[in-house]
Amino acid sequence: MKLIKINRPLSYKCMTILARRLSHKTDKQWESVVGLEVHAQLNTESKLFSGAQNTFGGLVNNCVALFDAAIPGTLPVLNRKCVELGIMTALALSCNINEVSTFDRKHYFYADLPSGYQITQQRAPLATDGILSFQVYTPGIHKAPYRKSSKIKQIQLEQDSGKSLHDAELRRSLIDLNRAGAPLMELVFEPDLADGEEAAALVKELVLIVQRLGSCTGRMEEGALRVDANVSLRTPGDPLSTRTEIKNIGSVRGVAGAIRHEIERQRAILNNGGHIINETRAWDAVARVTIPMRDKEVVQDYRYMPEPNLPPLRVNLVTREDQNDIPSVPLIQDKIPELPEESRKNLIENFHLRPETAIQLVNEPILLNHFHDLTSNENRNPTKVANFLINDLLTVLNKKKLDTVHSPITTQQLQELTDLLLNRDINLDISRTVLEELIVISDVNLSPLKLIEEKGWKLTNNEEEVTKLCMAVIADNPKMVQQYKNGKTKVFKALLGKLYKESNNKIDMSIASKIMEGLLKK
Amino acid sequence: MNKLTSYTIKEIQKSYADKILTPTSFVDLSLQRAKQTKELNAYVTITEDVAETHGIESEKRFYIYKRPKPLDGVTIGIKDNFCTSNIATTCASEMLRNFVPTYDATVYSRLRRAGACLIGKCNLDEFAMGSGTVDSVFGPTRNPWSYDKDKWRIAGGSSGGSAAAVCSGSVLAAIGSDTGGSTRNPAALCGVVGLKPSYGLVSRYGLIPLVNSMDVPGILARTVDDATKVLNVVAGPDKNDSTTIKRDYEPITLRDIDLSKVRIGIPKEYYCQGMSREVVECWSYVTDLLENEKAIVKSVSLPHTSISLAVYYILNQCEVASNMARYDGIEYGLRANANSSTEELYATSRHRGFNNVVRSRILAGNYFLLTKNYVKYFVKTLKLRRLIVQDFQKVFHKVDGVDLLLTPTTLTDAPLFEDFAQRTNRDQCALQDYCTQPANMAGIPALSIPIQLSRNKMPLSLQLMGPPLSEDLIMNVARKIESLVQFPVLKAV
Repeated sequence: MKLIKINRPLSYKCMTILARRLSHKTDKQWESVVGLEVHAQLNTESKLFSGAQNTFGGLVNNCVALFDAAIPGTLPVLNRKCVELGIMTALALSCNINEVSTFDRKHYFYADLPSGYQITQQRAPLATDGILSFQVYTPGIHKAPYRKSSKIKQIQLEQDSGKSLHDAELRRSLIDLNRAGAPLMELVFEPDLADGEEAAALVKELVLIVQRLGSCTGRMEEGALRVDANVSLRTPGDPLSTRTEIKNIGSVRGVAGAIRHEIERQRAILNNGGHIINETRAWDAVARVTIPMRDKEVVQDYRYMPEPNLPPLRVNLVTREDQNDIPSVPLIQDKIPELPEESRKNLIENFHLRPETAIQLVNEPILLNHFHDLTSNENRNPTKVANFLINDLLTVLNKKKLDTVHSPITTQQLQELTDLLLNRDINLDISRTVLEELIVISDVNLSPLKLIEEKGWKLTNNEEEVTKLCMAVIADNPKMVQQYKNGKTKVFKALLGKLYKESNNKIDMSIASKIMEGLLKK
Repeated sequence: MNKLTSYTIKEIQKSYADKILTPTSFVDLSLQRAKQTKELNAYVTITEDVAETHGIESEKRFYIYKRPKPLDGVTIGIKDNFCTSNIATTCASEMLRNFVPTYDATVYSRLRRAGACLIGKCNLDEFAMGSGTVDSVFGPTRNPWSYDKDKWRIAGGSSGGSAAAVCSGSVLAAIGSDTGGSTRNPAALCGVVGLKPSYGLVSRYGLIPLVNSMDVPGILARTVDDATKVLNVVAGPDKNDSTTIKRDYEPITLRDIDLSKVRIGIPKEYYCQGMSREVVECWSYVTDLLENEKAIVKSVSLPHTSISLAVYYILNQCEVASNMARYDGIEYGLRANANSSTEELYATSRHRGFNNVVRSRILAGNYFLLTKNYVKYFVKTLKLRRLIVQDFQKVFHKVDGVDLLLTPTTLTDAPLFEDFAQRTNRDQCALQDYCTQPANMAGIPALSIPIQLSRNKMPLSLQLMGPPLSEDLIMNVARKIESLVQFPVLKAV
């Protein structure tokens, strides 16, 4: 079994290469169509229908209520918190909340699905008809951001399954039911997207929204948010063609990569005169290919049936009167915080940031918090602060392979450091060095100013001193000075470079540049 | 000690108060009776140690703390499809032969909280699918009124063990379950009172389901008064069962009821093919009795009665297919020794764990639920179920309807096993459930009450049905009938 799984991607790779070679003759314009289905785990204390703890990384089979193991005679009891978080998310995505929604059983046999069915909302979901608008902007791929939106067909509540672990050598499977019955909301999007980058941007925006709402941790690496992508190609203007479904993509870049690969794979087949078969595929993030899923080859009939143990879920759409089993939707609406799109608008309109900067800042909630902390002092220039956070702090963190969440640098330290930078007590290079030091030392009480003073990194802006240095550079480079005086002003930069080197990177170059220019013109 | 077959809860508790009996001595007597009557096969498990512990606890509350609970020292049997912690709960199936739950069904925990003493877990048709208690992996249950070695009669089902236990005097009351008549049918054939409460009045938590939308825990007792006492303990909302009615339960008190204000309907559709003359005579006998008591008796019509069975069967099989999907041998239950693949493990375990009846219902149910058949069968039967419910709503109309319906419970008295076994389980159910399953379709309360003995010296019983939550009226009218007919006590077991 394992051999087959390894062989498949190889054979497809070969096909793709082969197809690409042949494609020259028959290449024609294809339009790719992408639709997403996203499963997001609701961030609640307990599971959807049982009192067991809903947590990631618990001891194996230790967060399992009798109901989660489908012990005979147990019954589901709907967790109200899940309903609230589902509604809040649906409202944030402009959905219509259904006054009455119902639960269904979806049947299939799988070892990590103890009851033999999943409780979901197939016929009357929690919410329908929403829309998610987002900015598509990947630095390096897109020159400028553009706006895109995808309609949401429905949002439904459903149970997660357990996890199976297959031991190929001992030929046995192990089951962990900690995740069984964990609350999920499934968001079904219309096929409104054109490529993997748009899909990745949608997912990124969705992660930001659910994090703002607190409805899901958005931690894709923990499987808290998983993406299925439906991909098909068609001649522009034609109806939708046969699609494939890529299951369970676990990262934003994975979404972009998997869809890009799948589009290329389909394009190659079609150009070669082949047909796409409707199948379920998986994204192999290491080999960077999509591969067919063996156990999904047979089309399943899920034999849906209404869940008889749960009465219809009712909500109060009109008033703020809240009852135990009828939550008030307006009350939930009141609790929705500022959403990422509003934050961007705010950054552009009130802080005069460029759209790209606003997008990047909002993409990193921790940086955005820092930004607001730092700019609460009006003396700090918002654009410079934003650039410092994105270009310097983020770069340093990336270099140290740290997530913004795990950054040890405090706001206090950043305040001190930005002030030093903005007052030109240090330059950008030094500020990066300081950031690196702060990460290495990881001491929240360490003062950047003290560090700079100790290390003697402070810039000289004493004009006399700078003039001295400038004169020394002029004296040492008579050739270049002559060239400059002959009108070859380009060498000015080279002279500054010498100065920079000479001074050991410790003078304020903006002052130095002025002084140097003055001296040369004498 | 043949008084065991006639004692009521009231009498027993009076004996305790007078110290003629004590809970421990009575529990011992009950256990003895349960063992003496082993050939009835009423029990899957006799819970001797548990019963003795319960008896001692009751005794302490009676005589030491002097604060007895409502059912202290009352011996009970529980159908073996209700979960009881640390006590095997088998559903009379190979699949769950070794299944020992770690939790109590709400019905059982409430009975325990009220002081009841568990004598044993009662026999049933496998997963409660049947109407004879003949399809149990532990063998059939015999009717205490006729249990001769060679020529014996069935106890009815699927709660036949519970009915036989109550009838033969090893318990004062028993819990059954009722999906299409499974409590009322054996109650009728064994000559005891059998109550199927309104859907949602009694929690299903811990009842291993047959058809979730129709299952109700049922109560079997020798008198209406005893059944009422048990109902008052087990009824009421339960946060573990979302389908229970949220309103607080008002305990029922029995009183001398004036029948002149009670309107009783005789639905003509219940007079059907295959109904024995004796049953029809019994039905008109009680009709006359009620008229003599000045009750307003009139003929009414429930036009969709004849389609009810077909609708019941499709819904039953669909839910069975779904509910049985969990028995795959992974977490609990029978696991076959099949290692070549997970699919083979499932198939072998399920083949060995379930009898033919269960397997055929699973097969049929899955067929009805296929996407291509869903609208044709499942959706259509839901619509028909609505019509059946509406029949009842019309007939129970406040102004020009009736308060209760009086019908037979079964079409005949208890059949001989050899006759019963002539037909398949499916055909027998189709016959036996005719009068009982409509109440499950509509979720309304229904009660079977023994009236008289047939020429075979077997009990004949009738059924009272009322609108949802009309248990109070049903129990009071039933008690009136009980006092009028004076059904004989089973003498020797």
